[in-house]
Amino acid sequence: MSEERLDFEPDRSELPERLQYRFEVERRRFLQLLGGVVVLIAGRDASAQETGRPGPGEGGTSDLAAWLHVAEDGSVTVYAGKVEVGQNARTSLTQAVAEELRAPVGSIRLVMGDTDLTPFDMGTFGSRTTPLMAPQLRRAAAVARELLVELAASQWSLAPGALAVADGQVTHVASSRKIGFGALTKGQKLVKTIGSDVALTPPERWSVIGRSLPKVGGREIVTGRHRYTSDLTRPGMWHGKVLRPPALGATLVSVDTAAAAALPDVAVVRDAGFAGAAAPSALLAARALEALRPEWSTTPQPPGRELYDRLRKPPARAAEPERRSSPHVVGSVAEAWKAAPHTLASTYRVAYIAHVPLEPRAAVAEWVGGRLTVWTGTQRPFGVKEELAEAFHLAPEKVRVIVPDTGSGYGGKHTGECAIEAARLARAAGRPIKLVWTREEEFRWAYFRPAGVIDVRSAVDNDGRLLAWEMHNYNSGPAAIHTLYEAPHQHIEFHPADSPLRQGSYRGLAATANHFARESHMDELAAALAIEPLEFRRRNLKDARLLAVLAAAADRYGWAASRSEPGHGHGIAAGFEKGSYVATCAEARIDAAGRLRVVRLVTAFECGAIVNPDQLRNQVEGSVVMGLGGALFEAVEFDEGQILNPRLSLYRVPRFSDVPEIDVVLLDRRDLPSAGAGETPIVAVAPAVAGAIFSATGHRLRALPLIPDGMPKPTPSPRSPSVR
Amino acid sequence: MPRLELTVNGTPRRVEIDAGESLLSVLRDVLDLTGAKYGCGEAQCGACTVLVDGQPTPSCVTTATSVAGKSVTTIEGLEQKGQLHPVQEAFLEADAMQCGYCTAGMIVEAVALLRQTPDPSEAEVVRAMEKHVCRCCTYPRILRAIRQAARAGKGR
Repeated sequence: MSEERLDFEPDRSELPERLQYRFEVERRRFLQLLGGVVVLIAGRDASAQETGRPGPGEGGTSDLAAWLHVAEDGSVTVYAGKVEVGQNARTSLTQAVAEELRAPVGSIRLVMGDTDLTPFDMGTFGSRTTPLMAPQLRRAAAVARELLVELAASQWSLAPGALAVADGQVTHVASSRKIGFGALTKGQKLVKTIGSDVALTPPERWSVIGRSLPKVGGREIVTGRHRYTSDLTRPGMWHGKVLRPPALGATLVSVDTAAAAALPDVAVVRDAGFAGAAAPSALLAARALEALRPEWSTTPQPPGRELYDRLRKPPARAAEPERRSSPHVVGSVAEAWKAAPHTLASTYRVAYIAHVPLEPRAAVAEWVGGRLTVWTGTQRPFGVKEELAEAFHLAPEKVRVIVPDTGSGYGGKHTGECAIEAARLARAAGRPIKLVWTREEEFRWAYFRPAGVIDVRSAVDNDGRLLAWEMHNYNSGPAAIHTLYEAPHQHIEFHPADSPLRQGSYRGLAATANHFARESHMDELAAALAIEPLEFRRRNLKDARLLAVLAAAADRYGWAASRSEPGHGHGIAAGFEKGSYVATCAEARIDAAGRLRVVRLVTAFECGAIVNPDQLRNQVEGSVVMGLGGALFEAVEFDEGQILNPRLSLYRVPRFSDVPEIDVVLLDRRDLPSAGAGETPIVAVAPAVAGAIFSATGHRLRALPLIPDGMPKPTPSPRSPSVR
Repeated sequence: MPRLELTVNGTPRRVEIDAGESLLSVLRDVLDLTGAKYGCGEAQCGACTVLVDGQPTPSCVTTATSVAGKSVTTIEGLEQKGQLHPVQEAFLEADAMQCGYCTAGMIVEAVALLRQTPDPSEAEVVRAMEKHVCRCCTYPRILRAIRQAARAGKGR
């Protein structure tokens, strides 16, 4: 395993993909698999980023995004490289196909995240499935429907216009004669490649999209039958364990494997910096690991208390091109600042937090005749395939990655370390190996949402209109760094830094941090000018969609009638990211003992046309409650190469008793394309809660988490920098 | 190797185990009942919850030898002749899941709760479920599903 490659995890959604996918081989394989039936291929559209491959004319046939197959029994199989990690893409994509194909939902099966069967996909992140993959599948399904109509028309010698399609059947309207999709495809071998110029069903005629279809596969989940990666077995499979360093930055100098290798039924492997063991059970593998005698070389690691000072320093090496960003500058903040009647400068901090996907990283690896197959829970099956090919010096066609529907990710499962480890152990043991990381391994050796420092300074006129806005984000990321508030003078800049901890993507990326800083600062300005916080925002906004979610949240909450008093406060915040708009109102109570409780959260959300109202509501509710954890108490504590709270008993996540009354208002904009919704509803929670705490106590908390000890003093003092 | 005899989902089972093996490992790796999940290894997330003689038990911190002669019910044992348990039905109805990894533990805990307390108050439900983590944070839906199952139970 390459340490160098694993120690830096950039925001993957902002990275260009570098895989050169060898598609010719794969395409032949598809056609063999699907011979004798109708195959439809969704062509490349404007989503160059999504496929990450050269466009037509640049690289030949590498133009496929997904495909759809109608079999002779009428069943429909759709092949798409996205994965299901709880965001319910399997359900929403099934709806997209059912809508355009006019086929029963139950006849449609999605094959997802299998690098042998599905076309290349960059990964499941960045809220891209709904805006980019769903339209491609809809186009494929619409063309399939047209083809089936043509088949029926020629079979019956009728004009296609005399036929109608519904429920997986083509009907001759005049005679009520019917034929099923399966019967139509009998003996056919049709392959059609399509582009982006396909007419789709307009929203006013949707009958499947826009409906609350229950989760596809829900029954398998409530019965325990669904097999996650960690539930899989293979014939002859053993279990693996990997030797972990005693601290971050430590490397293996030597290891005495004699005692472990002498144990019965044990395979031990040492390869460069990697050592591990495999045995018939995880318990026996762990015992073998204990019998290893390793020597480590450690390097000094920074103290946790220096975190925020370090993040302000430029990186030792020049930032990699994809992490570099140039500032967004309009006018001159400095001059506006000098002339303005009111100015304000404040600094905000966000801690590292952990994804804690309830299914830890897991992989089952199997080598057969020099070809490697790995089942693993990842959001980037093709990225992990590439990592495996690199690690084992294999041609890409010698590696297959299969992603069973996975026990969540939240941006935390972009990398292939567990897959690589399982494959290395499997090669040593000469048999399939299952490796499931422990919760502690997840906390110590995965990656975190970046910590960050954000400086904001602003200038306003006497009417409460922004004159200047300057924002510098150190390390946490550029997502949603730009403001929708009107300000004639702006300077907005992201500054990469050397993070002491491994960091990477997270639900919403830095949008949470940047909204926390921006919305808290807006609240501070409003308070300084004695303007009501919602009114202050309205004065500085022209964006109709943002104004609409603010109005909807305020209306449902009863914002206009809400009065704060000591110990009881209300906060509001809003934002925009990845095509979606959100506003959240928060109500907080602080009792005589100083215990804070967020009692109510009202969130208005607008992501264009709604695909599935109930699943959307589910995502918004979940985002809001998850956001409450990062807002109030979640933080990774570390010091000198040690993670200090690497267990669920030490790292607090939201639980039942933390859940406030949750109210979700969905705005359905059928006139707008559907955007993703799994991430953005999280971003307004923290600033709204901070606003509620301020209005209840008069104290502005400028660091996330706001109350890491869970017990804020009745009159909290301004926070000083800390590892939290 | 010690031999363990126990009843799992109504069927007597006899298995060879390593001393020190957890009940969770025996269920998952020996009996291939993978509905109960590993989530934390310290009884902090509830994903591994099964019923031991009717009591909800975190199987990750329960040694297999301690359940000798006892009756274990897992999520796989709730469905009877293709008929879902009312709590399973209620979870489906409320769409009380996203990734679903915590769902089995939640359902098993809720089944035990409703057997003990057929009409629990909201506070009683929260207290019983507090040791369970849903990282997708579908808690409001899980509470709704349990309320729904309790109501359905009352009708019988």
